[in-house]
Amino acid sequence: MQGEFEFSAWVPALPEIFLALASMALLVAGAFIGNKGTRVVCYAALWSIAVTALILIGRDWGRSLVPGGMFVMDSFAGLTKLMILAGLFAVVAMSIRYLHQEQINRFEFPVLVMFAGLGMMLMVSANDMLSLYVALELQSLALYVLAAFHRDTAYSAEAGIKYFVLGAISSGMLLFGISLIYGFAGSTNFDMIAHRLEDMEAIRLPILVGLVFVLVGLAFKISAVPFHMWTPDVYQGAPTAVTTLFALVPKVAAMALLIRVLFGPFAAMAPDWGQIVTLLAVASMIVGAFAALGQENIKRLMAFSSISHMGYALIGVIVADEGGVGSVMLYLLIYMVMTAGVFAVILSMRRDNLAVESIGDLAGLARTRPFVAFAMAALLFSMAGVPPLAGFFGKFFIFVEAVDAGYYVLAVLGVLTSVVAAYYYLRIVKVMFFDESAEPFDPNKSLSGRAVLFVAALFVLTFIAWPQPVISIAYDASKALFIQ
Amino acid sequence: MIEFPVLSLMTFLPLLGALFIMTVRGDGEEAARNVRHVALYTSLFTLALAVYTVGRFDETEAGFQFVEYYEWIPSIGVAWHMGIDGISLLFVLLAALLTPVCIVASWESIRVRVHEFMAAFLILETLVIGTFCALDSVLFYVFFEGSLIPMFLIIGIWGGPRRIYASYKFFLYTFLGSVFMLIALIVLFLEKGTTSIPELLDDPVGRDLQMWLWLAFLASFAVKLPMSPVHTWLPDAHVEAPTAGSVFLAGILLKIGGYGFLRFSLPMFPEASQHFMPLVFTLSVFAIIYTSLVALVQKDMKKLIAYSSVAHMGFVTLGIFSASVEGVQGAIFQMLSHGLISGALFLCVGVLYDRLHTRELGAYGGIVNNMPRYATLFMIFMLGSVALPGTSGFVGEFLTLLGAFEVSTLFGTLGATGVILGAAYMLVLYRRVVFGPVTNPEAAKMRDVNDRELVVLVPMALLVLVLGIFPGLVMHRIAPSVELLVSRYEAGIHQSGQDAVAPEVSNAR
Repeated sequence: MQGEFEFSAWVPALPEIFLALASMALLVAGAFIGNKGTRVVCYAALWSIAVTALILIGRDWGRSLVPGGMFVMDSFAGLTKLMILAGLFAVVAMSIRYLHQEQINRFEFPVLVMFAGLGMMLMVSANDMLSLYVALELQSLALYVLAAFHRDTAYSAEAGIKYFVLGAISSGMLLFGISLIYGFAGSTNFDMIAHRLEDMEAIRLPILVGLVFVLVGLAFKISAVPFHMWTPDVYQGAPTAVTTLFALVPKVAAMALLIRVLFGPFAAMAPDWGQIVTLLAVASMIVGAFAALGQENIKRLMAFSSISHMGYALIGVIVADEGGVGSVMLYLLIYMVMTAGVFAVILSMRRDNLAVESIGDLAGLARTRPFVAFAMAALLFSMAGVPPLAGFFGKFFIFVEAVDAGYYVLAVLGVLTSVVAAYYYLRIVKVMFFDESAEPFDPNKSLSGRAVLFVAALFVLTFIAWPQPVISIAYDASKALFIQ
Repeated sequence: MIEFPVLSLMTFLPLLGALFIMTVRGDGEEAARNVRHVALYTSLFTLALAVYTVGRFDETEAGFQFVEYYEWIPSIGVAWHMGIDGISLLFVLLAALLTPVCIVASWESIRVRVHEFMAAFLILETLVIGTFCALDSVLFYVFFEGSLIPMFLIIGIWGGPRRIYASYKFFLYTFLGSVFMLIALIVLFLEKGTTSIPELLDDPVGRDLQMWLWLAFLASFAVKLPMSPVHTWLPDAHVEAPTAGSVFLAGILLKIGGYGFLRFSLPMFPEASQHFMPLVFTLSVFAIIYTSLVALVQKDMKKLIAYSSVAHMGFVTLGIFSASVEGVQGAIFQMLSHGLISGALFLCVGVLYDRLHTRELGAYGGIVNNMPRYATLFMIFMLGSVALPGTSGFVGEFLTLLGAFEVSTLFGTLGATGVILGAAYMLVLYRRVVFGPVTNPEAAKMRDVNDRELVVLVPMALLVLVLGIFPGLVMHRIAPSVELLVSRYEAGIHQSGQDAVAPEVSNAR
């Protein structure tokens, strides 16, 4: 670690370095141009994200560490980062018009999204408890501000405060857990912790106590029940563009981080943490399914829907082998695409230039906007896991892995809650297709919103035709975690 | 002769038609007419392909024919694997036959959102034909479950006043049943390492596992068929669905349940089938007697026919799980015949509904005076439903009862009472609607069936009679496959029996 600074050793982190520099440059530029330049900053942010993705794609995805061992790059991180960047791109692209319509077009928005994205990319590459914590805080702080971005409305401010207070508590727990683990393992480095755990049986129990706290902190980020309380309020209160971000990206990053922590340093303790994750998964599936039944606000409903999706994904984590992680990655990939499409529709729900958010507002969409309604119905059926749509395959692979590992009860519970969840997805379809038309929405002028919806609908509809490439990408990426 | 993928073509042709329909713009009458024609020609062309397949089908061959195999998800060995044998052949034909019938039947009665209706129907046809042709269990599930979506929309958009309740009930009931099958399919896949149905058929799994899997499949197919006591979605769905929806539901979708029993439960889990036979027989007989009695007191014509469907499906399960050649042949025949007859009966109700907009029995009476042609056609279907010898209904019920008697005189006798009850409710229906005093002056002014309705009803009536007089037309096509199925079942039973006594035999020697 001492000696000369050698740039080539830092190349594995090149995408993050570029994104960090670009974010700071845009922050400075924005400060000079002011809010009238928001649109320019947004476009610059899009370019930065795209270039970051290109750098990432151009890199070798083999496992490599940067000096100090705090940052690891492998194909698992590579795929997750690509998903994160794609999510960021979609969010920024779709919010340009939204920010203008809601009169919150401040240049900080794209910059904060980029900082949050940077935090998330560092999270999935964390190889040390400290880099994990710093990365997690970087993304969280950016997200707290974003949740309160529409600061003139009470809802948004409330969402920001609520998210911040609860997030701070979870960070505290995480940090407490990390300190316990450090105290007993004598290191914060993932590889070192793994070694110590293998060498010394005696420290497993105290480390488990620390791991529980770390898991609580991470469960908060993926909003697994019982640490989900913030999710519905923040989803509903935050500006819709920010909710889109919340639904799309941090979930994926936090889930990837969870996987990295559990399968990296604590792989040897799989039976121990498996019980905790089982509890989280079961509770998330059940609460996510039942609590959503009575929701009228579509953003709130999507919050519960995302909780239940995280429950399914956690089943793959419990399986604790290569196939299990592969199925989680596949599930997250499909989940991201579906969610992006649904939020593209939610963003376009405006009447008389005001955003509307209740499910009833979608009434008769099949008459006023047949193609949007058709695409939305496909996405919702896909979320419910009805074949032949993509969402079915996500669930199918999760259940295959669960049954393969002998978790029959989890699989049965999973399919049963998916039937309950099907009800609320059907309810939206019912409102769109069966109910009498309400007043039509304002014409959707957002080209990017329409493009996202189109791509997402096309993906869920045609996934069945050629599923193997996507499945292979997800499964191959997860192999990186299991190379010793 | 170059093999061309006739099954895939038959499966996807309706989907192509549906995609084409969705690109037709405009809401006017002109556009609607074009859409109807596109849908009709697509379905007729599919029917032609189905007839061609039946013609080319080798009747002496018991295994799968027209097999297509393409890699689909190679990482887990799931393939695009299609093929038909004697069991599925005629269901495919039935599906291809009823789709144009449904399209013609909704020619005038569907006036709103014609595009979506026709597209939904063609997509439904794709999924149903795919279900019958699939030779891969995952592929089967995809098609099987996928058919919920278009049917949900058909009931929900074009249905009657309680359509929303009925569509939810239909979807959630069937979804709940079939997710258990999904788990069972996954277990089967992991146990055997393959999803190919022919391979799964070759080698049954162990006895204990069979029991669980059989129950999981029962959950799915019993809801779909439906068997009592999980039939309650059916009357609601039938009553609220538009005429064409009822026809397709009764004619095809219910048959997928029976087909599933024949394709999966009986040959793959022979020991479990034998073990649970008393359960199935009890449920079947219960369904036959109970739903017949319920049908007897119905005031809504569609509901009456819906309950009669449940009763008729009771015969099907009796026949299938008697596991004899006669019983299984009878079950298949009964399903085909019921597909025609109940479909036609729903069309007959639709004819009246289009004129008077009520399905109440009491609103009609004495219409034989002003609708003689209608009365004649209705009579043929009514008698077919009663299972009068000479109609197709008789052959199926006779054979399934024969199969049931071979197993148990008690269940056979109880099942046979259903024939009497069936005659009771159908004759009551016919007498009150067609004969009797004219109670409603509106009903007395109704026009007789028009040409469009005749085009649909007459061929179906002829088919009912032809199949009743020459059942061999069906029988010799299905016989080899059914014999193979039954021999597989018996081998499975025998195998386990031998395992149990094997030590003794070796000691004796």
